[in-house]
Amino acid sequence: MASLSSEGEDWRAWVPLSSRPEFAAVTPLPQDDGPSPVVAIAYRDDFRETMDYFRSLYSSRELSPRSLLLTSLAISFNPANYTVWHFRRQVLEALDADLNDELEFTERVAKGNAKNYQLWHHRRWVAEKLGSDAACGELEFTGKIFCLDAKNYHAWSHRQWVLHALGVWENELDYCTQLLEEDIFNNSAWNQRYFVITKSPLLGGLKAMRDSEVDYAIEAIGTNPENESPWRYLRGLYNDENDGWLNDARVPCACLRVLKAKRNLKFALSTLLDLVCLGFKPNQEIRDAITSLRTSHSGEVGSDSDLAKSICSILGHEDPMRANYWTWRSGRLPQAAEV
Amino acid sequence: MGELAGDKHVKYILCVEKKKDSFESVVMEHLRLNGAYWGLTTLDLLGKLDTVDSNEVVSWILQCQHESGGFGGNIGHDPHLLYTLSAVQVLALFDKLDVLDLNKVTDYIRSLQNEDGSFSGDVWGEVDTRFSYCAICCLAILKRLDLINVEKAVRYIVSCKTLDGGFGCTPGAESHAGQIFCCVGALAITGSLHHVDKDLLGWWLCERQVKSGGLNGRPEKLADVCYSWWVLSSLIMIDRVHWIDKEKLIKFILDCQDTENGGISDRPDDAVDVFHTYFGVAGLSLLEYPGVKAIDPAYALPVDVVNRIFFGRC
Repeated sequence: MASLSSEGEDWRAWVPLSSRPEFAAVTPLPQDDGPSPVVAIAYRDDFRETMDYFRSLYSSRELSPRSLLLTSLAISFNPANYTVWHFRRQVLEALDADLNDELEFTERVAKGNAKNYQLWHHRRWVAEKLGSDAACGELEFTGKIFCLDAKNYHAWSHRQWVLHALGVWENELDYCTQLLEEDIFNNSAWNQRYFVITKSPLLGGLKAMRDSEVDYAIEAIGTNPENESPWRYLRGLYNDENDGWLNDARVPCACLRVLKAKRNLKFALSTLLDLVCLGFKPNQEIRDAITSLRTSHSGEVGSDSDLAKSICSILGHEDPMRANYWTWRSGRLPQAAEV
Repeated sequence: MGELAGDKHVKYILCVEKKKDSFESVVMEHLRLNGAYWGLTTLDLLGKLDTVDSNEVVSWILQCQHESGGFGGNIGHDPHLLYTLSAVQVLALFDKLDVLDLNKVTDYIRSLQNEDGSFSGDVWGEVDTRFSYCAICCLAILKRLDLINVEKAVRYIVSCKTLDGGFGCTPGAESHAGQIFCCVGALAITGSLHHVDKDLLGWWLCERQVKSGGLNGRPEKLADVCYSWWVLSSLIMIDRVHWIDKEKLIKFILDCQDTENGGISDRPDDAVDVFHTYFGVAGLSLLEYPGVKAIDPAYALPVDVVNRIFFGRC
């Protein structure tokens, strides 16, 4: 088969395919765009030539080293073409190619195209064929992508697949911690953390992890109370278990600390609102803190209904873009909060 | 606030159609069918679909059909659910669904459902809730939803629900506004919206609006015109669209227009493309902007087209 290193040729020194000996007998096949293109495309000449040759070999389903080379060239011009990747896999299978080389190839392509669906699908196909031997390498590979873009959706999806399919969970919680140390606002890393604590066979599941994770989330909230992710994570830890959520005293305490600081109040207030709506009875300190935040009313907050209404009204002020949402919340406070 | 430069956008799209050499540098041959859907739907929303020769488009689309029944992104390309949906949608725009060999297309779609209810995008097996939407939307337009196991398809989508009420591409994946559109859309079409926690998801979706008035697709990401579609359509399907500041969003979209040469970009002052032009105009349609036809949030087709499909009238 063709040496894959030959595919890493310098694109700037383009040798037209028409003057390469290995393609001498191939008749290029131009794209048929129909009579009047609805969306027409501007091609560079070298790309056009590559695709003309590609179509020719593809139409005859020639599974050869030169077809592999052509797919490499075509992918280097446009890595989003499903058909080219598809054909490449057929060629790789027919040639029984060394798939470790293919890992290198996909990594090269990923450098400039880390958000490409086809690339990631192809990578998974390769990793699946290589099996558990590929596991650590795949985690490293996604790690490299996260150094460039820690929220790359495809890379996270790939990583979750690797963990699930190839079972390499050992260091994943530490990895999430590391990424969150780098950027505590990284919602993808918070999502991965939830994935790990709920799915890892090594950690005992959500209930076993809940206590320490509540502390972890609350610590993150303490430094950045405006950060949406740890608040949602915190709520997720109690998912449908409202009793546990209502009885964890750490949650209202964390909210109170934010209220006292009088900055970035939105999520602390909305969390208190949720709690009150579920029947939580706030202590006097929390009531006082809310009273002191009110702008339009005077006097002390009386019933829980007043309290919930006050919270909605403060939120409407704090977050005017979503004023309608907070008004809506105010209009549907449950009976429990209205008595 | 500026106004929608509708005529300029029509001109821009028709220009893209005619000038083979001057189209934006994005290489689009392989997804030309998606491009056709974006461009033609925009024209229809702006009341100018009749400037295009429907017979030529229809005959080209039929040439994109593979023997398996699925459609490729262009003539000679491999079939995929992404392009099959675009093909069906464009044929619906032109009221030409009757040119399809129904059994052929629907067999192709049915063949891509997996045991767990999910859908692969093509024979290579990539699974993603985007493909669940493509399959369900296509079959609903063709009135053949009974061919797949809808219950299992719904169950798979629900398994992709996240802790914030949103949906991801596979179980455990992060919420993403684009995936949320696909999942909520598929659930809406199959009458399964009771699986959605509307208040929780609605709040997450309206939290996507940032200071500029634009919407992002995930927390702490930049606003982008395309999310005007993904987020808004989802909010409408769950009856929570009044939770965002519509005026600010309209201003953001209008600020992304190239008022000289037409077209809409992802963010103000960036280069325009057909994709963002469609999402900007479709977003304005959902915001009931004057002069833009209403679009259906689930089928992503003009409301009159959807009515024609299901009620036989415009």
